[in-house]
Amino acid sequence: MNTQDLIRAMAADTRRQALPLGTAWRVAMGLALVLAGAVFALALGPRPDALASLETARFVFKFVVTLALAASAFVLLRRLVRPGEAARAPLGWLLTGPLLLIAAVGLELLAVPSSDWAERLIGVNARVCLTFIPLIGAAPLVVFLAVLRHGAPTRPALAGAVAGLLAGGMAGAFYAAHCPDDSPLFVATWYSLAIAGLAVAGAVLAPRLARW
Amino acid sequence: MTGKNERELADLLRAAIAGDERCYSAFLDRVAGLVRAYARGKITHGGVDAEDVVQEVLLAIHLKRHTWLPEAPVLPWVYAIARFKLIDAFRRRGRRVEIDVDDIAETFAQPEVETVSERDIGRALEGLAPTQRSVVAAISVDGRSVEETARKFEMTETAVRVALHRGLAAIARRFGRE
Repeated sequence: MNTQDLIRAMAADTRRQALPLGTAWRVAMGLALVLAGAVFALALGPRPDALASLETARFVFKFVVTLALAASAFVLLRRLVRPGEAARAPLGWLLTGPLLLIAAVGLELLAVPSSDWAERLIGVNARVCLTFIPLIGAAPLVVFLAVLRHGAPTRPALAGAVAGLLAGGMAGAFYAAHCPDDSPLFVATWYSLAIAGLAVAGAVLAPRLARW
Repeated sequence: MTGKNERELADLLRAAIAGDERCYSAFLDRVAGLVRAYARGKITHGGVDAEDVVQEVLLAIHLKRHTWLPEAPVLPWVYAIARFKLIDAFRRRGRRVEIDVDDIAETFAQPEVETVSERDIGRALEGLAPTQRSVVAAISVDGRSVEETARKFEMTETAVRVALHRGLAAIARRFGRE
């Protein structure tokens, strides 16, 4: 088939339109929130003092940092599925979450005597954290990989990693409502590890699943 | 000149997305010329056929045209797809390549016309399901309209459109595997 023939076939297919990316993102975000929320509610649920704890800075900060990560990843990911925008995607925005976390760790080290650092870092719930952040984030990651497949990521591994960060930030925010460990030292260690796991999974899966 | 090219192509693609087949045809034709020049410029040794890359890029543009924002420039979008597909084609041939993101040089490239070669008409159609193959061949190679094709095969126009779309998507997938 020569190129002119192919163009004729494509022109005859003009009227068939794919779902706009904006709509795809709205559906995906809604679906990801529902799925993550369902896994969280069925498997863990919020801790008993969750509402009262909203007055403590350390508890609230867990949501600030995870949601900052999710927001920056989302902004970036929207660009990474469009060719031509991926090359100049502002990767620096991803530093928002980590920088907030570094600042909080600094304050924590100042506020808490060094004899307590290890205890706060290890916490009581590390294994639950490492298990449930990936579990809560798994379904959202699959949803976001489906959006990558619908779009056209020219840097698929990077897009997959950022999808993992978005899923991880979202899962971390849900998990934070359950976890009794509020120290930034705990968050910086275990949340980061769990979220990094989702990012690696995304980077490995996206080039395979989101081929176009 | 580049600015004019960009504006005209963006207008054509906007009209195409609104459903204008002629504008779409004109858009794809001009993009084919640009991508052909780009691919020939980058393919310095054999192994990868420039016209295969042109067809693969056109199919990707067609199936992914919803990733273009109507207010965004169209040439960077086209060249990003072309670059991605060209690297993919090299990779499938087992070559390691680095292609610069060199938009300026690319956008000044002069369009080139297809050299008539003995391209195997059947090759792209081989892997398709029988209905898809007859529909795609009737519309592309024989130049029939959707209405004529529907009458010829005693199908509804909707069924013809579905078969055509699925056929094009299947051809695109085959390119990615070869």
